[in-house]
Amino acid sequence: MTTGKRIAFCIAALLVMAAPPLFLNAYWVDVLNSVGLYAILGLSLNLIVGSAGLFNLGHAAFYAIGAYTAAILNTTFHIPILWLLPLCAVTAGLFALVVARPIIHLRGDYLCIVTIGVGEIVRIALINNVFGLTGGANGIFGISRPTLFGHAIRKPDEFYWLIWSFAAITIFLFHRLENSRFGRALNYIRDDEVAAEGCGVNTAHYKLAAFIVGAAWAGMAGDIYAAKMTIIAPESFSFWESVLMFTLIILGGSGSIPGVLLGAFLIIGLPEVFREFANARMLIFGAAMVVMMIFRTQGILPARPRRYATPPDPSCKAEAEA
Amino acid sequence: MEVFFQQVTNGLAVGGIYALIALGYTMVYGVLRLINFAHGDLFTMGGYLGLTLLTSFALTGRLGPLLGIIVLAIMVMGLVAIAGAALERAAYRPLRESPRLSAVVSALGASIFLQNAIMLIYGAKMMVYPQDILPKVAINLFGLYIPLVRIIILSASVIMMAGLYAFIQKTKVGAAIRAAAIDQGAARLMGINVDQVIMIVFLVGPGLGGVAGLMVGLLYGQVNFTMGWVYGLKAFTAAILGGIGNIPGAMVGGILLGLIEALGAAYISIAWKDAIAFLVLILILIIRPTGLLGERVAEKV
Amino acid sequence: MNLLGVKRLTKSFGGLTAVNNVSFDVEPESIVGLIGPNGAGKTTVFNLITNIYRPDQGEIVFNGSSIVGKATHKIVAAGIARTFQTIRLFQNLSVLENVLAGRHCRLHSGVTGSMLRFPWQKREEAAALQHSIEALEMVGLGHCLDAPAKSLSYGNQRLLEVARALATEPKLLILDEPAGGMNEQETLDLIELIRKVRRRGIAILLIEHDMNLVMRVCEAIVVLEYGSKIAEGPPEAIKKDPRVIEAYLGSEEDY
Repeated sequence: MTTGKRIAFCIAALLVMAAPPLFLNAYWVDVLNSVGLYAILGLSLNLIVGSAGLFNLGHAAFYAIGAYTAAILNTTFHIPILWLLPLCAVTAGLFALVVARPIIHLRGDYLCIVTIGVGEIVRIALINNVFGLTGGANGIFGISRPTLFGHAIRKPDEFYWLIWSFAAITIFLFHRLENSRFGRALNYIRDDEVAAEGCGVNTAHYKLAAFIVGAAWAGMAGDIYAAKMTIIAPESFSFWESVLMFTLIILGGSGSIPGVLLGAFLIIGLPEVFREFANARMLIFGAAMVVMMIFRTQGILPARPRRYATPPDPSCKAEAEA
Repeated sequence: MEVFFQQVTNGLAVGGIYALIALGYTMVYGVLRLINFAHGDLFTMGGYLGLTLLTSFALTGRLGPLLGIIVLAIMVMGLVAIAGAALERAAYRPLRESPRLSAVVSALGASIFLQNAIMLIYGAKMMVYPQDILPKVAINLFGLYIPLVRIIILSASVIMMAGLYAFIQKTKVGAAIRAAAIDQGAARLMGINVDQVIMIVFLVGPGLGGVAGLMVGLLYGQVNFTMGWVYGLKAFTAAILGGIGNIPGAMVGGILLGLIEALGAAYISIAWKDAIAFLVLILILIIRPTGLLGERVAEKV
Repeated sequence: MNLLGVKRLTKSFGGLTAVNNVSFDVEPESIVGLIGPNGAGKTTVFNLITNIYRPDQGEIVFNGSSIVGKATHKIVAAGIARTFQTIRLFQNLSVLENVLAGRHCRLHSGVTGSMLRFPWQKREEAAALQHSIEALEMVGLGHCLDAPAKSLSYGNQRLLEVARALATEPKLLILDEPAGGMNEQETLDLIELIRKVRRRGIAILLIEHDMNLVMRVCEAIVVLEYGSKIAEGPPEAIKKDPRVIEAYLGSEEDY
């Protein structure tokens, strides 16, 4: 795609995403809000799972840290909740640094199990009202509505703009991140960690960085979630949340931003469309994961190769086919 | 002291259950280097199948409590074993040559599928076992009154583990399993039918896990569709604790974890009981990933 | 002064001593061959130099400072690049991206720079592309940038590994069986390439079973057997060394 085409595509996408609140009722706008939130969460986890190939099934922990940071500081010190966004990113990122540091060297499936454990420990800590801050099983309520430029955000329509603007910024920044030295380094690690280290990539550093950036973004998503719900409880950050985020990446296309967006629409949006099957949705997604691994490992919309500003080389096709 | 010994016997019974489930993880890991995430859900399946068979055939009423439960356990074992082998055929065998992490995702998908299938069939609410299966008596052992059900569970799990150990160590099939665990390629060259070995592992492991599900139903009187992953995760912790891939390790790890948890619940905090097990898991993986009895170390570069 | 000095290097795995008290030097801009029968410990020596394994004993001095126990990526940054005996390319990534991996350690942009794309970051990226294309042209793969690495022929995959290593701007290039799987013509081209690399001021240490190649390009040869050094010297002397002939050349008719 040329630059002109790309800009046209972006404008078209923005227009399409701007349309729904104009003709959908509040219920469906709210469904799209959930899709948007999971899209942000999916993109943040995708950096860890998709780009770097590190299986993280405890992402809900980082989401929870962000949401609880926002809720606690908002209810006790009455700091406007959107001002807390950077702080939520910092707390979730720091938490990721502390927990991921000692386990980052573990091999794929072990790392996966440990992240499940971390997620559960966080949830149990929240239920047990750790440090007397988290309100136990009932959680925290009375979180104030966000205000933006003096305008209070209350209705689903208004949240739609907030959530999807944040999603758009996320997509823009993560797209750049993917097409950079950082994004490439994560891919090298995913493909062959020994070779990556042998080429001069500080693999431990980059794996940790992927965790921290992904966690920080999930923390910010937690802040937005707390603002939207005005009440948060540990059950919103269960293992199944992590599984949902993980599944939408795998089905949509691991390592691919369009794939993750599609995954969010499929996993969060589709069950709302087919409400009579809502109970069976996880059954179907579970089966789909197995089938996907057998027939299409890379997901529905796999990541496309990066483009570089290099002269075209027609001779290469011949070599590839030979 | 009374509390202590009660917790120890309780921990031993629960530990026996963990050990039985852990054997399934460790055997599959030993042969395929795969964490079978769906194993916990096969365990749940055992708990629910036990309930269905118990209520529909009234086994304990007709055959008396002890024989009835033995027959029940054998039926559950057989059915869950078949489910395990079917799972291997459908979700894992097609991925034998794929990257390891594809198989891990497939295992996760299978776990989600099974858990939700159980929920759709039996409903999302927990289900209660009939209360009158085992006589509610406590046995006097050196002045301690220990509920009969704990003794039955502990002895049954010890008997099954001994049986498995003998099977692995003394039979030809057991030798084939051990060979395949060390080097699949070499085992194949030696004329061992590795596919068959894997099939047997997926019959035996889930069979034991299914019986463990029945035991949980008998011990606590209830089952729910999500119990598989909590027990599964703990049993996996037990397998890691003992050294994954190591069969006696899984037994030792299971019993040890049961004791740690029971004593932790009594003397530290019952609210943090689940967190204790996960903390053990994380610490073991950080400090000594080969486990207490483990032998396998680094992979070749 | 030596570029690389290996002194009394020892490494055991369990009861097996894979490398036993091995010492040798690599002069700047020289080509040194490391040969020996299969299982002599050659690749282990490479893995020790690049700290994929940590030596039990011994010294490895590169460019005046010890590199024992240094992280592998730091050793690369210090100027030692390598290829692998079993090809370890990033198979699903493009040829160009594989070489960019080697360029990684000479670049600086991090998370924020990548997200915000500062002008200096764009310049750095453009320069990295240019440098990578040059490395590919040097090994003769300049025509083939966007193809996935796995689509290349075996010989070209080996060349791609060399290009990736060259992109790190090494002072010492370590090649583990570079001619493995190459046909006669490809091997001749490889010999040319090795000489061309040296003319750029890069020293080369290589493991190779193709004795023709070793004798033609190497100025010094180190012979290992059962983990120990049994001979060292220029190719002419090695060819005549009775211990080498007995232990190695004489034992296998292929050579």
